[in-house]
Amino acid sequence: MLRFIFKRLLLGIPTLFAVLTIIFLLMRVAPGDPAYAVLGDYATDDAVAALRTQMGLDKPVWQQYLDYLGGILQGDLGDSLVTRQPAWIQIRTVLPYTLELTAAAIVIALAIGIPAGMLSAVRRNTFVDYFVRVISLAGLSAPAFYIGLLLMYFLSAKAGWFPAISTAGFDDPLENLHALVLPAITLGLVETAYVTRMTRSVMLNVLSDDYVRTARAKGLPSRMVMVRHALRPGLVPIVALTGVFVIGLIGGSVLTEEVFARPGLGKLMVGATTRRDYTLLQAIMVVYALIIVLVNILVDIIYTLVDPRMRKR
Amino acid sequence: MTATPSVTMAPTAPIAVISERRRAWRAFARNRSAVVGLMLVILIILVAVFAPVLAPHNPLTQSVPNRLEGPSRDYLLGRDAYGRDVLSRIIYGTRIALQVGIFSVLLGGFAGTAIGVVAGYFGGKTEAVLMRLVDVLLAFPDLIMGLLVMAVLGPGLGKLILAIAFTMIPRFARIAYGQTLVLKEREFVEASHALGQRTGVILYRHIAPNIAGELVVLASLWTASAIRLEASLSFIGLGVPPPTPTWGQMIREGTVYLSSLPLLSLAPGVALLLTVFAFNLVGDGLRDVLDPRSGK
Repeated sequence: MLRFIFKRLLLGIPTLFAVLTIIFLLMRVAPGDPAYAVLGDYATDDAVAALRTQMGLDKPVWQQYLDYLGGILQGDLGDSLVTRQPAWIQIRTVLPYTLELTAAAIVIALAIGIPAGMLSAVRRNTFVDYFVRVISLAGLSAPAFYIGLLLMYFLSAKAGWFPAISTAGFDDPLENLHALVLPAITLGLVETAYVTRMTRSVMLNVLSDDYVRTARAKGLPSRMVMVRHALRPGLVPIVALTGVFVIGLIGGSVLTEEVFARPGLGKLMVGATTRRDYTLLQAIMVVYALIIVLVNILVDIIYTLVDPRMRKR
Repeated sequence: MTATPSVTMAPTAPIAVISERRRAWRAFARNRSAVVGLMLVILIILVAVFAPVLAPHNPLTQSVPNRLEGPSRDYLLGRDAYGRDVLSRIIYGTRIALQVGIFSVLLGGFAGTAIGVVAGYFGGKTEAVLMRLVDVLLAFPDLIMGLLVMAVLGPGLGKLILAIAFTMIPRFARIAYGQTLVLKEREFVEASHALGQRTGVILYRHIAPNIAGELVVLASLWTASAIRLEASLSFIGLGVPPPTPTWGQMIREGTVYLSSLPLLSLAPGVALLLTVFAFNLVGDGLRDVLDPRSGK
């Protein structure tokens, strides 16, 4: 198992390398000079030249590329163009908020989505199934920010149960959790819809397998068939799809943080974009890339734990 | 040598095509939610086309003294922070949503399909490079990719379509690639290869038409996600610049008045939800037709 994990980590390196290269290329194809973009069209030539030197834009592209990769290897993500602080410091302060939000949303989505999907599959073509399918399709249709606004309107503006703006720090755990509730439900609900649909279609496939019919035929109680015989093999594709699901969560977290004015990686990224802080934007993309590659490796590892057959490959 | 097979093929082929289509249409028509979705989509397209007729007011006319007025007989959904008619802005917003949704999927669909088919058919180094790239792009959330491209390109309708099309490319490429791998081994493709047909002709005449079905289904589902992505980017402030009415931007502007005048945000949101939902229903229905096992 350890060997497998090590091998999988090694395999992540070329992927990460490819991602970093794409980010670098994307940031360089920006039409016009980033220095002008930062300083505005009326900047003096001296100011532009100074900024170009500071950003390393006066060097040839391959040198910029090597500097960029070398910096990342040493844990240096560059300085923000606007605040002149190291980008990593800004990222480090908001990262826990995003991780907290994402973790809470995963719990909500799995806790509601898997039972709902199973129920829908077992009661196939009944009212329950129809209801679950329509609701989950509606959930997939709603962008995270709209669900957030609805919750905000009904539960905080009308009922006053939760704060509309979610900025509580980590010093006061209770207040922090209180502020987390609405954003977590917002992000969780969108992904619940995805998990529900995924579970339903996986379970439908499993339920039509012969061994499930055999288990039923020999008179096992239906709940036991579901949990012991159907859920375990069903979990394998569900885990495999978790990578896609986490990617959805990361996208959704940007919108959720924006709606609730909650600090986080997504909010920082939107801010960097509107302020044209290209180096900060690039640094955030690198962090996202790292998270995504790590999550995919983690999913692979869990996958082999759930399905021992995978280890032989 | 070409005459003999075409003579024997000709009488059977058209009949088979028609009955297959009829079967598919019947299966689709039996799916009630898909039919509802299709009717909704047609309705929404009509609203976009006839926006100038349907909108009671000019969506851009400001009237600061009447700003933030609640719903009234003349202004059914009230007026926004500049005194503009919310209902008319929602009606005109349909145009941007559909334009971006449809054109970005078309653009990304063609580019992605081309990449996938080429990678799948040629294999080797082409395949390795292209599909590696596709996998990497696929690993990123749409929103973050779209945001990055918009940050690089700057604001504007054409650029927004480009950015969203860019997020569509890897999805289409993945599917087209998988299908091409299967088709490549089929006899009729091998036969046309053996007959000495040029590769371009094989790709265009034999491979592309046979993967079109699946791609059209996904295109309708992905139009839904393209429209949602457009609204998300507009909500962040990276969409079509004001004063052009877009739903995402209206929702954003309304959040400030959420407790006093919730309609400003919630009403355009309903339009957005309905539109995305309609395209999802159609896509779901189409998928059931193609793959009866996944549906009811």
